[in-house]
Amino acid sequence: MKSLTEIQTDLNQKFPGIAVTIDGTSLVILKENWIKVATFLKTEPEHAFDYLSSVTGTDYKEYLEVAYHLYSVSKQHGPLAIKVRTDMEKSIVPSVTPLWRSAEFQEREAYDLLGIYFEGHPDLRRILMWEGFQYHPLRKDYVQDDQDRPVEQF
Amino acid sequence: MDYALKNSETLETQTLEVNLGPQHPSTHGVFQMNVILEGETIVRLKPVMGYLHRNHEKLAENMSYLGSMPFTDRLDYICSMTNNFAYATAVEKMANMEVPERAQYIRIIMAELTRLVNHTLLIGFLLNDLGAFFTPVLYAFREREKILDLFEAVAGSRMMCNYFRFGGLKVDVTGDFIPHVRQIINNYPKFLDEFEELLSENEILMARCQNVGIISKDLAINAGLSGPMLRATGVPYDVRKIDHYSIYDRFKFRVPIGEKGDVYDRYYIRILEMRESIKILDQAIKEIPEGEFISKTGAVAAKTPRNFKLPKGDAYSRIEAPKGELGFYLVSDGTTKPYRYHVRAPSFINLTVLEDMCLGYKVADAIINLGSIDIVLGEVDR
Repeated sequence: MKSLTEIQTDLNQKFPGIAVTIDGTSLVILKENWIKVATFLKTEPEHAFDYLSSVTGTDYKEYLEVAYHLYSVSKQHGPLAIKVRTDMEKSIVPSVTPLWRSAEFQEREAYDLLGIYFEGHPDLRRILMWEGFQYHPLRKDYVQDDQDRPVEQF
Repeated sequence: MDYALKNSETLETQTLEVNLGPQHPSTHGVFQMNVILEGETIVRLKPVMGYLHRNHEKLAENMSYLGSMPFTDRLDYICSMTNNFAYATAVEKMANMEVPERAQYIRIIMAELTRLVNHTLLIGFLLNDLGAFFTPVLYAFREREKILDLFEAVAGSRMMCNYFRFGGLKVDVTGDFIPHVRQIINNYPKFLDEFEELLSENEILMARCQNVGIISKDLAINAGLSGPMLRATGVPYDVRKIDHYSIYDRFKFRVPIGEKGDVYDRYYIRILEMRESIKILDQAIKEIPEGEFISKTGAVAAKTPRNFKLPKGDAYSRIEAPKGELGFYLVSDGTTKPYRYHVRAPSFINLTVLEDMCLGYKVADAIINLGSIDIVLGEVDR
């Protein structure tokens, strides 16, 4: 697999001015560029990231972040970690389910537990919590029913 | 007036909505399939899950890193050892911890024994779904018991083992462990032969399983299938071979693949994988060295789990669990608790294609399709 900086240069050459940055071991991509970058990474034979292993979200209090971990089955390399950030209020990220079916349930889970809306998802419903549940439990501001218990007991 | 005659002339057909589950023995737990039928043919199927949801990931955010270890047992409660393995690997990757040789070997032995348990049970339950009610399962349970006895001897618990620690294991194995594993290795092929003689060329099993629930290679990769589900479609992708995690590169074993990607391939690939697991076990118990079962830093972390901290950052680590690719995504903010803890559960993602497998088939085929995916609801719902 190419190194992160090589992939960053590739992306900057292919799509001038899309501002791909490197954060630790992952690439950070702006959400408006995510679909074209994803299509490029999947279809370009050099990269051929045909296997989306994991999709998950994290609440960083100031913003929400979706982390994608891509592998290539045909070229047997990976992982490439990609992060797409969105703000807390209008938390919309384009869905990659049309590109990788494996995102279907995982995006539903991220929507359910973190309240990230995946635009273009064919069937964005709650998956683990019940319909009509008001909150998104993996958000940091979610108050659990049993939060009065002392944490020290764990 | 002849009512029956009149009715048949203007016969209206209707689609029928059936809820299979959540309380139904064929769903292997509390899982619902919302099925629309046309006659007996499935035209739509929507899986409904979450009945066993306890927000495992939120629980983990509120406790020490080691505190989550016993909770990982309850993800896929058939294979607690590999869940421990995956979690320990993820934390070790972030903390850059070394694992002593002996512990590595014991880990591999435990993982492969777990694979035997899982695949044996799966075949038993698949036969249950086919209508061979509880006879094959009892044969499977008989063999599983012998392995669970071993788990009990080393970990103190048969199913909820909680045996792995960061940088090693909880305790060393007992003195008679290796002879017992040797005994299992010697007897298992005979049991598999017996199982196969009864099942593999059984006419009913072949008629029910062949050409049912076919998945193409492309769909399998695109939908993120992993483990035996992916390999049954003919994709030679095994995380043990690709990532070489732990010490799997030292063992000689093959990766069996299927041809068609139907239920029969998914059944048979598990038999073949068990035979490969026995080969790994055989090599492992020959080569296992004496030595420490946990590294020094690991022993400190195991004794004082509430002081154990990971450096800031995030990591994704995966292993080949019996059901597929089990991954852990951890985000650390440098404190004693994970900031974010995510489980990439293989059974959950393998369910994505359940509808594709069932469309156009009869409702009875939906049951065996689900059985061949090999789900455990503890892991699906988390």
